[in-house]
Amino acid sequence: MEGSITTPHDVERIHEIRRQSRTPVTIGACATSGGIQALRNFADVKEFVSIVYASPEYVSTLDRSTPIAAHVFVDYELRGCPIDERQLLEVLTGFLAGRRPSTPAHAVCLECKLRGTVCIMVAHGTPCLGPITHAGCGALCPAYDRGCDACFGPKETPNVGALASRITGHGARRDDVLRALRGFNAGAESFRAASETLERDDPERGGR
Amino acid sequence: MSGKRRTIKVDYLTRVEGEGGLTVRLRDGHVESVQLAIFEPLRFFAALLRGRAYGDASDITARICGICPVAHQMSAVHAVEDAFGVVVDGPLRALRRLLYCGEWIESHALHIHLLHAPDFLGFPDGVTMARAQDDAVRRGLEIQKAGNAPLRLLGGREIHPINVRVGGFYKLPDRRELARVGDDLRRARDGAVATVRWVAGFDFPELEHDCEFVALRHADEYPFNEGRIVSSRGLDVSAREYDAHFVEEHVAHSTALHARRADGGTYLVGPLARWALNADRISPLARAAARDAGLPDVCRNPFRSVIVRAVELVFACDEALAIIDAYEPPPRPTVPVTPRRATGYAATEAPRGLLYHRYAIDADGTIRDACIVPPTSQNQRTIEEDLERLLPTALALPRPELVGRCEHAIRNHDPCISCATHFLTLRVEGE
Repeated sequence: MEGSITTPHDVERIHEIRRQSRTPVTIGACATSGGIQALRNFADVKEFVSIVYASPEYVSTLDRSTPIAAHVFVDYELRGCPIDERQLLEVLTGFLAGRRPSTPAHAVCLECKLRGTVCIMVAHGTPCLGPITHAGCGALCPAYDRGCDACFGPKETPNVGALASRITGHGARRDDVLRALRGFNAGAESFRAASETLERDDPERGGR
Repeated sequence: MSGKRRTIKVDYLTRVEGEGGLTVRLRDGHVESVQLAIFEPLRFFAALLRGRAYGDASDITARICGICPVAHQMSAVHAVEDAFGVVVDGPLRALRRLLYCGEWIESHALHIHLLHAPDFLGFPDGVTMARAQDDAVRRGLEIQKAGNAPLRLLGGREIHPINVRVGGFYKLPDRRELARVGDDLRRARDGAVATVRWVAGFDFPELEHDCEFVALRHADEYPFNEGRIVSSRGLDVSAREYDAHFVEEHVAHSTALHARRADGGTYLVGPLARWALNADRISPLARAAARDAGLPDVCRNPFRSVIVRAVELVFACDEALAIIDAYEPPPRPTVPVTPRRATGYAATEAPRGLLYHRYAIDADGTIRDACIVPPTSQNQRTIEEDLERLLPTALALPRPELVGRCEHAIRNHDPCISCATHFLTLRVEGE
């Protein structure tokens, strides 16, 4: 299953799909963390509606975008925006063979090492979310000389706060770090919590 | 007065990108109304771009659609560059055209061979069709794969490429890497010529639509990233003037906004419009393929759009190969970009037609306001009009064929419902 839950109809449908399915597997950032549209979770959805649609009364939407696992039990989640085709094949093969698929939850950093990419944060001071991001893409962005934007969401036990300090230590602005965490997986628990802490502690917003 | 009413309903349209349906209401055998319903849930892209950095626009808007992320990336970077007065030319500009060629090839190849051809040949889907038309489906998939190759090389991956940025790219390919992509594209170009011949042999239902065609037109190129917005009725404006000539309205039956001309008229973007306004700009090989297929310079039968798409497939392979052959790596992957407070406008040619982006940006580079008008929003009303014209000639058909004909007419325009939401299920009411 792909896609996030954003309408009352989605909520009804996902329970029906769960009832009809033996092994629901969710794929993609929308289904596993709420997707980019989860940015509404940090805003007033009524305002969002009025920005895009002239007649808000025609529109039916929930005020939050949530992952499918927030509503029903999901057997396996495959991360990424977009998902990686090799991982998809691994998940299909694993389930068909009756074994647990292997999609390691370690950081993108390990994939950079495997690929032989020199660390762009250490070598060039380029802000990179690789240390807190779930592997799977093959460390694509650093191989193209840009920082990871965490499109695969958080790795297991990410230390988001420590990375945020490190990145600001490289001269990035707090707003840049906040926006980086508020990306395609803004609704993922560890990213959400860290971004809200950053926002709360912002001196310009009356924080520490 | 209540005559005999009938409703034809398709609850979920298949072989289109996204979720939509169709409701046709009939009274006494006459078409009373046609409503293309798009109920793809709302994602509020235009709203969530507010407060983001200018550099985020291309990565975020790519997520509007998994089939044409490059189109959104291109419209986004060009609009931001318009705001900042940045000009990207030379090899960097050519590489952007190459990236767009890749997207046209994979998108057109998918639509022609797997989404649209089954309608002409009477198969329920591409997989069933593959049993009888193994060669054609195999060829289509090989062409698609060849289109994906430049996306993978130049963009890092086929879906939501990561290498596009305002001012150019993050990293440039070298000549050797590009040459390898060229080998696949040469085979794809031969395949595309065979596909033009294949689709030209289909049976085309009679249908003429006298709508206004709107497309980009460039001084000497078949349009991708640049050009004036021109129409078959004499419109000739820059992207900066788009808002004065086109308006979007919100209708109850659709989460996609409907675009119209400012004077209230409907119009069509996409392959038919592009071809009618730019046939003289296409490559000689594509032009010869069009001539052999009997395609006139202006074609108004939406069913024949499949021939135009196939001709554009030949062109996109041709153009990609020309770019690869001429490529000399520039010294740097990007030109300097300095933010300023301004509004930027851009229209580019997505595989499905004109895609307009507009961004108002603050001096520190923060996006203050964003507007995105995708091709399917612009075509939605025209697709309904196609059906209004087609239905009177099709009502005598048995119901399964009638529904099939309606779906076929919708797929003529390769609607991208995900993009437009802001698409299909057929209902015919009155039974």
